[in-house]
Amino acid sequence: MATEVSRPSSRRAPRQQIGLIEWLRKNLFSTWYNVIITLVLLYVIFQAVTSFVSWMITAPGWPAAFTNIKLLLTWTYPVEHLWRPQAVTGLVFLLLGLSSGVWGGIVRMVTFGAAAISAGLGVVAFTFPDLPGQTSLPGWLFLFLCAGLLIGSDQLALRLRDRIRWPLIIAWLLSYPAAIVILRGGFGLPVVETKLWGGLMLTLLLAISGIVLSFPLGVLLALGRRSTLPVIRMFCVLYIELIRGVPLVTVLFMGALLLPLFLPGGESIDALVRAIVAITLFSAAYLAENVRGGLQSIPKGQIEAARALGLNVFQTTLLITLPQALRAVVPVLVGQFIALFKDTSLVVIIGLVDLLGAAQNIVGQPQWLGTPGGVWRETFLVIAAIYWVFSFTMSRISKRIEDQIARSRH
Amino acid sequence: MAVGSPSIPPGKVNIPFYRDTRIIAVIVQIVFAFLVAVGIWYLYSNMMNGLRQANLLPTFSFLSVPAGFPIAESVIEYNPSMTYGRAFVVGILNTVRVAVIGIILATLLGLILGIARLSDNWLLRNVALVYVEIVRNIPLLLQLIFWFSLTRLFPRIQESIDVGGLIFLHNRGVTMAWPQVGNDFDTWMLWVYGGIVVGGIFYVVRRIQFIRRDRPGVALPYAFLIALGIALLGFLVTYLMNGVWPISLSVPVLQRFNFEGGITITNSFAALLIGLVIYTAVFIGEIVRSGILAVSKGQREAARALGLTPGQTMRLVILPQALRVIVPPLTSQYLNLTKNSSLAIAIAYPDLFYVANTINNQTGQAIPVILMLMASYLSVSLLTSLFMNWYNRRIQLVER
Amino acid sequence: MRKHIILVLAGILSFVLAACGGQAQQAPTTAPAQPATTAPEQPTAAPAPTAAPAATSAPAGGTSAQPAAGGVIERILSRGRLICGVNNNPLPGFASVDSAGVYRGFDIDFCRAVAAALFDDPTKIDFRPLSAQERFTALQSGEIDVLIRNSTWTLGRDGALGLDWAPTTFYDGQGMMVRKDSGIETLEDMNGATICVQTGTTTELNLADQFRARGLTFTPVVFPDGDSTRAAYDAGQCDGFTTDKSGLISSLTLLSNPGDHKILDVTMSKEPLGPAVRQGDPQWFDAVRWIVFATFQAEEYGITSQNLDQFLNSDVPEIRRFLGLEGELGAGIGLPNDFAVRIIRHVGNYAEIYNRNLGPDTPFNLPRGLNALYTDGGLLYSPPFR
Repeated sequence: MATEVSRPSSRRAPRQQIGLIEWLRKNLFSTWYNVIITLVLLYVIFQAVTSFVSWMITAPGWPAAFTNIKLLLTWTYPVEHLWRPQAVTGLVFLLLGLSSGVWGGIVRMVTFGAAAISAGLGVVAFTFPDLPGQTSLPGWLFLFLCAGLLIGSDQLALRLRDRIRWPLIIAWLLSYPAAIVILRGGFGLPVVETKLWGGLMLTLLLAISGIVLSFPLGVLLALGRRSTLPVIRMFCVLYIELIRGVPLVTVLFMGALLLPLFLPGGESIDALVRAIVAITLFSAAYLAENVRGGLQSIPKGQIEAARALGLNVFQTTLLITLPQALRAVVPVLVGQFIALFKDTSLVVIIGLVDLLGAAQNIVGQPQWLGTPGGVWRETFLVIAAIYWVFSFTMSRISKRIEDQIARSRH
Repeated sequence: MAVGSPSIPPGKVNIPFYRDTRIIAVIVQIVFAFLVAVGIWYLYSNMMNGLRQANLLPTFSFLSVPAGFPIAESVIEYNPSMTYGRAFVVGILNTVRVAVIGIILATLLGLILGIARLSDNWLLRNVALVYVEIVRNIPLLLQLIFWFSLTRLFPRIQESIDVGGLIFLHNRGVTMAWPQVGNDFDTWMLWVYGGIVVGGIFYVVRRIQFIRRDRPGVALPYAFLIALGIALLGFLVTYLMNGVWPISLSVPVLQRFNFEGGITITNSFAALLIGLVIYTAVFIGEIVRSGILAVSKGQREAARALGLTPGQTMRLVILPQALRVIVPPLTSQYLNLTKNSSLAIAIAYPDLFYVANTINNQTGQAIPVILMLMASYLSVSLLTSLFMNWYNRRIQLVER
Repeated sequence: MRKHIILVLAGILSFVLAACGGQAQQAPTTAPAQPATTAPEQPTAAPAPTAAPAATSAPAGGTSAQPAAGGVIERILSRGRLICGVNNNPLPGFASVDSAGVYRGFDIDFCRAVAAALFDDPTKIDFRPLSAQERFTALQSGEIDVLIRNSTWTLGRDGALGLDWAPTTFYDGQGMMVRKDSGIETLEDMNGATICVQTGTTTELNLADQFRARGLTFTPVVFPDGDSTRAAYDAGQCDGFTTDKSGLISSLTLLSNPGDHKILDVTMSKEPLGPAVRQGDPQWFDAVRWIVFATFQAEEYGITSQNLDQFLNSDVPEIRRFLGLEGELGAGIGLPNDFAVRIIRHVGNYAEIYNRNLGPDTPFNLPRGLNALYTDGGLLYSPPFR
């Protein structure tokens, strides 16, 4: 952040209380060119803000986004099954709340942030009508329950602490397959075809799948690239560089065209699965490079010490190097998740309807034809805000973790 | 561990082959290579079977067949009667065009942004921060679609916004006056070549003089001025001899449907360029910022103490040193910009991916098209990397 | 060093993991296999309309129909649903989703006719919306069983793309839409114009050919999807908008001011639109072909969904053969004998399908033109059912 970057003059000792005038003179009008910059910027900001606000107030297209909030969130997921995405959200929040009680720290901060946002959105959601035929909780009630769930499970876990530590880790590992089963059905639940999925739900699902599924592959590729066996190293280098050299759309395009051809007998593969496979293969190459960075940062002494203690290579990698490397790359992985979260919007190009796709569809709805200038500005602004909130929050979290790691090193 | 009998030297203990790591390493690699080969063969044979059934065996012969489809903009001459191969080249060149211009503009904007983020002006610093935080947290594709949709708000071509009769803004892009080569251009070019030769000779002579006297001196700007002077003189002389300028200004005139003359930057290209530049500049700005911060504070203080202005300090002391930290991550941003240009398909700019996609639709030859597509992106990436590595080595040498 | 071994094992593991991950993902997508062709017997008499709901759960087949083992029909029957590729962009009249989320349109009704013939139930379909670019790949890869997505039958596609076209269900031609105030009357007036066109279509190629043949130049503005193409034209970014006339007519209802636009009286191409299947299964191809012919033949005989029951009592041999009351005509193409009855009952004959979606009672009110029976001067002609 810029405020952390101090110019030399502000570090002048001894510190003294400065008045407003003094502050203005120092920070805005210190030299003649700073005076010009400040005045020009003030004028531009004033113009931009006033015209933006007046446009916001008069823009006719807001109903487009807000009456279609269901399409933006879950696209054509059947209304009578909407309780399933809600259940998945609840599951994740429950685990998050419990983790917050057990581990505290940044997890705690995230939990309370999520609770505050849920409660805030709950108030907003109060004004939205419920969908006809909906068998799930109304939006506002659901959001309030989420906030309660986060805080409640946090408090509960505070008491249990160490007893649930391992069960919780296992529950996190199982949460991904469980979420898929809840959303898709099977095991007695009626199946909801993936071609009905979409909106923000799909965006999050693709990004999470990308990170979760590419994780084992990425770690193995990273280890393979550092291997001393030339065949394996070459293979890993080739894979990583090949994938990193081409754009994601190309990989998605290949997934859409080639994957069906690779299987015998022309078996059909779900379009969503094809996208997930492509995103996973793509993400693994980047993840491998990030993990490799972490592995390289481990001092050689660590490995030598481990070997001296009698650990074999396998144990050294699994117990000493990898945990440290992964810990070091957590912020980078969050960064990669943010990038993936934004990049999943490219699935629009291969015909899946994610958050951006849903917005494009809404903009094209015939009922907005009469709106002068169309409703694209309002709709895109709403989804831009959704994207922004998610990735900005995550980048703040990543920064916190980074700072914490840096502090723990000293 | 078995204790070797004293008669055998310690280094020659007979290890069974299955415990000899060197042998195991070889075996494991062979097994690995075998598994990879089997996997690839399995996928390949499945694919070929499917394609044979569908009567679609991969072939590159379509490349010499007329493409038949039009492409909206092209650097080289193209029309639908030309081949698929030519169309593919048009796509590559369009990608290169947007990437090169985009990289230059994004670097400039990024540099400004990086410096603004460190400005001692509180307002400027925070405006830059807000810009960075907004742009980098919104998907590029959404931004591109936004810019593209924005062009719809401009008037139709018949009611273009006229800026001084030279630039016209409309919802199909921007049409502006542009220099045009006249009849006597070749004559004038002789003058230009002459100027370059004279300037070059001047430069070489001066350098030799400097070296002989063992003193530093400035030669290049003067050589450049001499070359420019000769070229300008030639420009005037050609005009006086023939009464026509060797380069004239082609002013766009509205015809029934489109402008005639000048050049038109299509709204697709403009939206793609704006989107890519604004997005990439944020990342470049952060790199520049951390590069500048990496230069030790003592350098700045020393420069200021020597009486250099803040501008001079930045230009002569900080930036040259920061550049060494900046260039490697900058390379990956350049590559990102090039790869991101493939999103052009969403806004109708005929880049490499777009043209490849169209070729695939028209011919059904997915495999060759994908191979060509990947090879092209990899070569572009490789060329950019090579260039940047060369540049990196060059600036690193300055240090020593 | 043993480190090598671990890393090698890790490498191998990665492949296993990747493979497992892939399979775990696919597993739920394949429907549980049902034994196909197990219906013990086909009712000898055509089922009465009231019996239809009861018969819906019975798979097609029976003693008479013998779908080839491993063929497409067997796969569809064991899956229990037909997968039909349709247009992903709403094309009102041909394929669009109504406010209740139900697919409707001319192309959709032909999907339903195929499902009705196979399952005696026109709802046993999964519609797979496809963009212009992905439609043929989806068919080639076997992701869909049949493509009914206003796709033009051309020699190139029939051959090089590895597809087979069933009889044309709609004879279309490429048209051009322009603004009324542009003063354009013919294509020759459009020299130098900017024209909006969708990529991956024959339209794109025809446009280039037509202008080249007339010695005219134009600037294309090409989009990957129909919505964007129309929107660009609507915003005035193009002087003309070209696609099949049927598409232009549907699009007209989606422009901001439909009254400002007109469709030129030129036809730039022959666009026979019809269902397409993947090459390699002649039985399935025949089945789709004769399902389409059955709708023509039913109109020719005057059999509609309303008067079907009267015809089921008919003594006329050719009508009895057509309705599967006599002979074993369905067996040869892997369909039940009464497939024509099923189609007519659930979907109707060609005239009913046409009028329901494009006829005078719809906003499109499109004259039949070439899409009339050969007896009325059109091109619809079914080979004899015997």
